Amino acid sequence: MVQLREFLTNLFANYYEAAAMILFGIGFTSLLMHRNLVKKIIGFNFMDSAIYLFLAAKGYITGRLAPIITDGNTDPRLYVNPIPTGLVLTGIVVSVSVTAFSLALTCRLYDKYHTLDIDEITYLARKERD
Amino acid sequence: MKNNSFREKLRRFVDYGSFREEELKLPRSPETLDTDNPENRWLTTVQNSEKPVRARLAKWFTHRGVQVFDNLYRVAAVFICLTLISLLLSVVSFLPRFGGADNPAVNEVEERYVSKAIEETGTTNAVAGMISAYRGFDTLGEAHVLFVAACSVIALLRVDPSERKHGRLVDPELLGEDMDYEPNSDLILRKAAKLLVPLAFIFGLYVILNGTSSPGGGFSGGALIGAGLILNSVAFGFQRTERFFGDEMYHLVKTACLTVYALLMAYFIYMGANGFDDHVWLGVPGNIISGGLILPINVAVGFEVACTMYCFYALFRKGGL
Amino acid sequence: MTLFDGILLAFLLICAVSVSVTRNLLASVIIFMGFSLIMSVIWLTLEAPDLAITEAAVGAGVTGLLFFATLKKIHAIKAENGKPDSGAPEEDGNRDEK
Repeated sequence: MVQLREFLTNLFANYYEAAAMILFGIGFTSLLMHRNLVKKIIGFNFMDSAIYLFLAAKGYITGRLAPIITDGNTDPRLYVNPIPTGLVLTGIVVSVSVTAFSLALTCRLYDKYHTLDIDEITYLARKERD
Repeated sequence: MKNNSFREKLRRFVDYGSFREEELKLPRSPETLDTDNPENRWLTTVQNSEKPVRARLAKWFTHRGVQVFDNLYRVAAVFICLTLISLLLSVVSFLPRFGGADNPAVNEVEERYVSKAIEETGTTNAVAGMISAYRGFDTLGEAHVLFVAACSVIALLRVDPSERKHGRLVDPELLGEDMDYEPNSDLILRKAAKLLVPLAFIFGLYVILNGTSSPGGGFSGGALIGAGLILNSVAFGFQRTERFFGDEMYHLVKTACLTVYALLMAYFIYMGANGFDDHVWLGVPGNIISGGLILPINVAVGFEVACTMYCFYALFRKGGL
Repeated sequence: MTLFDGILLAFLLICAVSVSVTRNLLASVIIFMGFSLIMSVIWLTLEAPDLAITEAAVGAGVTGLLFFATLKKIHAIKAENGKPDSGAPEEDGNRDEK
């Protein structure tokens, strides 16, 4: 019981990270459960966002400002950590590329099989191969 | 209708082996037996008790099997994901507190990036200084990812212009006749676009040029300009966009930006790949001309990203620029 | 934990769940764009304005438009003149409940 209470207080203190992990789980669920390819891609994007949220939450420091140096004040204790921001900036652009690529693949699959259902596509492709 | 046919196919696809109904038929069916004959009575009771169970099982498997598998799969998926979430949450509960100043992520690297940003890179935006000077190599890789993604989308979706001209494609939407297809008489969209497109361009340019001294930079500004181009072609059709941003313009801008970026990065790597000793005037921190090489890199990356975004949209919409 | 953060995170999770629940592909893409906008406000609260600008332009703008273009290509969005497309795909993979 004490352990559970400790677990919950820790979780509540890390609420951004906890939300990011739940979001990751939801994205993974929709990746597994939906047969529709577009929904799968949206779920994949949710997983991306969850990871970015986790990274950015790790870089945040309470009471500090964004890393834009104002008035020539270069004291690092005034600003939040810029490293996760830079990493996430890279990640967002890469995730757009991945989304565009997978949507293009979806379009081609629809052109060929006239469906978005992954089971149906697998069935038709297997039948074609045999 | 389509639904049923698919299930039929799937049922045939999944082989149920010994449960096929024709194999289940016993040598003599109970209807043909003379049930009044007392000698046969034991046989009918056996057949009546045995066949329905096996037949019902087979019927149940063929008709319900797919559905049961579906439901089982769904339950298993939710179970796996709940396990995953609880595992991750239990790890999160052991992490250092959110927002604490003594987190292990806040170390000397971060201090250096913030405190020496003006001195070494000439930027007041520590993020811009970090991603294009301290970690410029990283950003080069990112630009390559974007470039490769654009290449693969072109490979997947491009429609040959000669095919487009001869109308050999089945789908008339791919012919680029967007003006017939779009609700181009949409007054609200057109008026809003007339107002928003120039604003998007100006804001994108502002974000690119001020990337060294305020939030922003090549990627965000380029995405804004690309969004403006896309909005223009949504509202007014591709013909109107091609007047100022057509095929040639796209290739010119994209190639020029990539070349400039590659040359700048080559110089950057030649001088030690950390952006310190490149003998470029750093400019006045806080002004537009600041950050040395970062400003031209930002401009090149920005136009490259804008071209890529518009290229994605045009490829999805009509299979080519 | 401020109330504002809590509301934003709750909205984020609600958006993520409702994408799974909605049947209509168009509606789920619009919810996804709303998700991106909430995400960009969250970047602002996490003191990362660079990410906020990028997410608003890229996540809500370009990605959403790419999804719309895909839906148009696969005839999931009906034509404007009311003619139902013959090759319209099932809006969702869940066939069993229909």
